[in-house]
Amino acid sequence: MISANLAAIFYLVSGILFILALRGLSSPDTSRQGNYFGIAGMIIAIVVTFLSIGNFSTSLVYVVIFLVIGGAIGAFIAFKIPMTAMPELVAGFHSLVGLAAVFVAIAAFLNPTAFNLGNVGDIKLASLIEMSIGAAVGAITFSGSIIAFLKLRGIMSGAPITFSGQHILNLVLGIGIFVLIFYLCKTQSTNIFWTVIIISFLVGVLLIIPIGGADMPVVISMLNSYSGWAAAGIGFTLENTALIITGALVGSSGAILSYIMCKAMNRSFVSVILGGFGADNSTDDKKEKKDQKPVKSGNAEDAAFLMKNASSVIIVPGYGMAVAQAQHALREMVDKLKKNDIKVTYAIHPVAGRMPGHMNVLLAEANVPYDEVFELEDINNDFANSDVAFVIGANDVTNPVAKTDPKSPIFGMPVLDVEKCKSVLFVKRSLSPGYAGIDNELFYKDNTLMLFADAKKMTEDIVKNLD
Amino acid sequence: MEIDPFIFRLSIFVLSIFIGYYVVWSVTPSLHTPLMSVTNAISSVIIVGAIIAALAGSSESIFNTSSIFGFIAIILAAINIFGGFLVTQRMLQMYKKKKDKKK
Repeated sequence: MISANLAAIFYLVSGILFILALRGLSSPDTSRQGNYFGIAGMIIAIVVTFLSIGNFSTSLVYVVIFLVIGGAIGAFIAFKIPMTAMPELVAGFHSLVGLAAVFVAIAAFLNPTAFNLGNVGDIKLASLIEMSIGAAVGAITFSGSIIAFLKLRGIMSGAPITFSGQHILNLVLGIGIFVLIFYLCKTQSTNIFWTVIIISFLVGVLLIIPIGGADMPVVISMLNSYSGWAAAGIGFTLENTALIITGALVGSSGAILSYIMCKAMNRSFVSVILGGFGADNSTDDKKEKKDQKPVKSGNAEDAAFLMKNASSVIIVPGYGMAVAQAQHALREMVDKLKKNDIKVTYAIHPVAGRMPGHMNVLLAEANVPYDEVFELEDINNDFANSDVAFVIGANDVTNPVAKTDPKSPIFGMPVLDVEKCKSVLFVKRSLSPGYAGIDNELFYKDNTLMLFADAKKMTEDIVKNLD
Repeated sequence: MEIDPFIFRLSIFVLSIFIGYYVVWSVTPSLHTPLMSVTNAISSVIIVGAIIAALAGSSESIFNTSSIFGFIAIILAAINIFGGFLVTQRMLQMYKKKKDKKK
């Protein structure tokens, strides 16, 4: 058994190790070391908790058993999950953090003596506020992440679900939670505590259903942030430094990622949260107009010919590449091009895919060296000096309308200057507009060649034609 | 007048938000996915609360209402800790430089 002061110092150490874990991610070289720091911090926190309780009874055996069960499940998932399923895995993990926060808050509410928070029916006021905020945010994180998970997994349609009065309902429920917490503090009633949790679950669902598929990068980052604030709330209740530091780190991390994603779409955070973007599909007469415009379409042979004769090619991957799992075929194609002394680089838009950094992970999985992969601002000037842009599964992030038409819903969004390339190859299944529901004028440019096919199939065909 | 210990915790919290702000801005965008999975893993340090709750049961009743919530929370957090760190490790192993590839 160690003293509370010594335990607090160890918790501080583990908090610092967590900071170093995030610090390591500033470069891929140091990132692996960072992850070990994180693991070390976690081990310290868990061991210190055991030592500070000093209750080595049969309960401890059960705690270890449950720890091992959970650990085995987690390890199994971590090794089995395909890289393309990473967005839904992260959403799923967020939901677990949220639910764990709710359960810890419930346990603390039912047995406050164990946490030194007072007695049942007479819990310290500050602790009660902290634990109910922790529980409420945890519950929102849980149910919100479940909805995000279902949408990403495709079990639930990615289309936004909206109904009239939605925002007012959310507002009322949100205020309701605060009012109930106020009464909870006055009455210490168990029923009110349960009601707060149930309403929070409902709010989580209502918050995420109106948000469409391509806004998922924001949603995931936002839920990441919430899971941090929930952990911090519980950290205050437990008076645990490691948990407070971690909660603050994760909370701000998620908030920054949400900000970066919103900025990359030139949309305000509020408008993403209110949802419904891309809900109204373009009307029929608009579609007819599109069909009349001439489009040059080609096949794998044409594409292979164009690229073989180029001296530099820039690849622009998007969500379509992830869906088709085309990253390995793409890598093969690039290897062939490099053998012909063609310079190949990758250009990644911050919101390409369904979560921050989604494309980078997929390319890394296909063994693409990370120093060939560039972010928007680092590569955008290179398009003008390149021969071919190979757009695979991306659409809105290349649409020049964002620069030219102030009326367009994506006006002002930073886009990749693909049109400046001498020629553009567009791998796409059809001419359908992207998520924003707007037409991409790039399709109709003279130097654009559309390759209508599944991204993986087309890339494989091009590989064959490159021989 | 004595300062409430809550204020000290609040100070730690606020300063940590600032640390988080600067540290996360320095994370390279290509590692944003591992960032999310590792933040997931570390926020599961909430397991310390779950352990306290689970161990609060007396020797006669290891499983009472409060400790059962603790035990379930241990499983949930453990899934996250192991899953989060291992999947991050798996992802980070894939990030390689050009020269490594040619070996």
